[in-house]
Amino acid sequence: MSELLELKNVSKVYSRGLINTESTTALREISLTLGEDAPTILTVAGESGSGKTTLAMLLLGFIKPTTGQIIYRGRDISTLRGRERLEFRREVQAVFQDPFAVFNPFYTVDHLLWVPIKRFKLAKSKAEARAKMDAALTAVGLRPEDVVGRFPHQLSGGQRQRINVARALLLKPRLLIADEPVSMVDASLRASILETLRNLQRDHGVSIIYITHDLTTAYHIANSIVVLYRGAVMEAGDVETVIKKPQHPYTQLLIDSIPWPSLDRRWGQNEIIARESGGVQTGCPFFSRCASATEQCKADPPLFKLEAHQTASCFLYKEKPELEPRQLSELLPV
Amino acid sequence: MNAATATTRRTKERKRGSDQKQGAIEPVLRVRNLEVTYFTDAGRARALDDVTFSLRPGEKLGIVGESGSGKSTLALAMMRMIKPPGRIEGGEVFVGGTDLMALGDRAMREARLGKISYIPQGAMNSLNPVMRIGAQMEDAVRAHMPDEKKPQIVERCMAALKSVDLARSAFRMFPHELSGGMKQRVCIAIGILLQPQVIIADEPTSALDVVTQRQVMETIDRVQKQINAAVILIGHDMGLMAQFVDKVAVMYAGRLVEVATVRDMFTGPRHPYAKALISCLPNLDNKGVFQGIPGLAPSLLRLPAGCTFHPRCAEVMDRCRVKRPDAETLSDDRVVTCHLYSGNTKK
Repeated sequence: MSELLELKNVSKVYSRGLINTESTTALREISLTLGEDAPTILTVAGESGSGKTTLAMLLLGFIKPTTGQIIYRGRDISTLRGRERLEFRREVQAVFQDPFAVFNPFYTVDHLLWVPIKRFKLAKSKAEARAKMDAALTAVGLRPEDVVGRFPHQLSGGQRQRINVARALLLKPRLLIADEPVSMVDASLRASILETLRNLQRDHGVSIIYITHDLTTAYHIANSIVVLYRGAVMEAGDVETVIKKPQHPYTQLLIDSIPWPSLDRRWGQNEIIARESGGVQTGCPFFSRCASATEQCKADPPLFKLEAHQTASCFLYKEKPELEPRQLSELLPV
Repeated sequence: MNAATATTRRTKERKRGSDQKQGAIEPVLRVRNLEVTYFTDAGRARALDDVTFSLRPGEKLGIVGESGSGKSTLALAMMRMIKPPGRIEGGEVFVGGTDLMALGDRAMREARLGKISYIPQGAMNSLNPVMRIGAQMEDAVRAHMPDEKKPQIVERCMAALKSVDLARSAFRMFPHELSGGMKQRVCIAIGILLQPQVIIADEPTSALDVVTQRQVMETIDRVQKQINAAVILIGHDMGLMAQFVDKVAVMYAGRLVEVATVRDMFTGPRHPYAKALISCLPNLDNKGVFQGIPGLAPSLLRLPAGCTFHPRCAEVMDRCRVKRPDAETLSDDRVVTCHLYSGNTKK
C-alpha cells in the first residue's frame, strides 16, 4: 500500500524573544501515516493548546516543521515548487473553523468558488464553470439557485460552511483538513455538515483529517482517533474503543467532561486539577494534572499497545508491549 | 394577531401568574408578555413575541434555540440594553417586586449588576486589555456604592475572586496574563460582585474546550448556590443544559414554544420542534446516524402565517397555517405553544 501522507517524527517549536528565547513545543515527534488506497476519517482531538491547529497548518504547508519531515505522495512538501506545489495545493484542501471569517463581505459567495476554478483552470468556458459550481453545491445539499449571487451576510452559518465544503469538493482533493468545521454552527445544522463530510469520504474517496475538541461528533464521523495533549500523543486507536473505554488518564478526563445530553449520565466527579502555565520540557506532559502520577512519569512515557486497535502513552500500562512511534498508524483502523 | 385573541391570552396569563403565587416560594423573576421589535430598512423584525416565564430563587433555566431565534435579544431586553433600531414594545420584567421596565434610567443603571447581572457572550473579550483585573472590578463596585471605602471594596473583590476559584494574585494581573477559562471566571466574579438576584449567562462557554467548560459551569453552579440567585443560561448545547439546568425553555422565531423541567423535556418533549431538537442529539448508541431538522429557521422579517414553525413541522395541521397558537399551560411547570395541545390548559 502506498502512502498518501506520511509524518516522520514531526516536531514544531515556537520560540519568542530575541535574547532570552522562550520556546513552546507545540508538537512533539508525531509520526502518522495515511494510506492512499483506503480513504478514511481520522480525528485529531485535544483541548485548546494541544497542537491541533499547528498540525493542520503543517499539513497544509503553511508553516514548516522544526524537525522531521512531512511526505505527501513520496515528496517532502517543503521542497515542492512551481507546478508540483500548485498540484499539492489543489489536492490538499481545508475547511476552517469560522464560516464568518473566510468570506469577503464585498463579494457574492460564488466568488469563493470562481477563484479556484480560474486559478486551477478547471473549466474551459463560463458555462462549464457554472455547471461545475452547481454540481459541487448540490453535492453538499444546497440549492444553487438559493446561494449563487447572494452575499455572505444573507446566508446562515451552516450554509456558508457548506459552501466552504463545496469549494473543497470542486477541486477534487485527495485530502481534506477540517479544522473544527462545526464548532461555530448550530446543533441542528451540525448534523448536515458532518453528513456532507462523511459522504465526501465515502462517495468521492477523500481522506479527511477531522480536527476537533468535540468528542461526540468525532465519535459519529471518524474511524480512528488520535488524542493530543500539549503536542504529544496521549492515546490513539479505534474511535469506538477509545471513546467507550478510554485508558489514558487524560482521555478519561476529556470524556468525563463531555456534557452528555442525557440525564442519566451525569458530569464526571473526577476533580479537575488546574493546568500549570509554562511549558514542561521533559516527562509526561500531563504529569502536573494527573491524579495517578508517580516519580516514573518524569521520564517520557513511550506508547504501550493495549489492544489490537488501542494504544496509550502512559506508564500505568508498562506491562504491555511497547510500540515504536512509527508503528502508531498500523493500529488505526481504516 | 387581532385584539380579541390578544386579550384572551392576556387574561389566561394573568390567571397563570396567580396560580404561581400560591406556590411555596415566590418567583424572584417574572417576565410577562415581553415584546421587542427591530425596525430595519427591510421592515419590522419581531425578535421577541409575547415571552412569558418566571423563575424562583436558586432555580436554573436554560434557554435554547437556533441562531437568530431571539435568545440574546431576550437577555438584552431583560437588562433593558436593546439598542436602536431595536425597541422594547411592551411587557414587564419583575425582579423581586420591581418592574425594571418602569424604572428611570438612573435607577435602571443601579439595578444592572445590583439586582440582575449579565455575563455576555464571549465575555472574556469584554475585559479592558490595558487595565488590571482589580481596577476593573473596583470600578464596578464604586459605580454602585460611591460611599464605600477602598479597603472594603478590595475585600469584596477578593471575596468574589475567591468564590470563582481564582488566586488573589489575579487581582493585580492584566487580562492577557490569564487563560480563556480564567478570564471567563473573572467575568463571573464581576457578575456576582453585588450579589444579584438574577444572573443571565449568554453562552458563557461557547469558545472553551470541554474541560475548561466544565470548570466554568461548576463555578457558576457553586456561586449561584452561595448567593441563591436565579440563573438563566442561554445556549444551544443541549448536553450542557442536561448537566446544568432545572428547567428548559425552547425558543423558536422569538417565541417560547415549550417550557418544561429538564427531565420532562428530555424524556417527553411535547412541541414538535422540541421533539426534533431532542431527537437530533448525538449519543453513543446510534453511531453514524445524523439527523438534522429539515428546513431553515425563518427570517424574522418574513415570518410564515399562523404558527411560525409550520413549514418545518412534522405534525402540521390545517389550522397551523392560518391560526397562531396560544400558550397552553399543561401543568405547573409546563407551557407549550402548539395547536396539538390547544384546549388542554390546566384549569
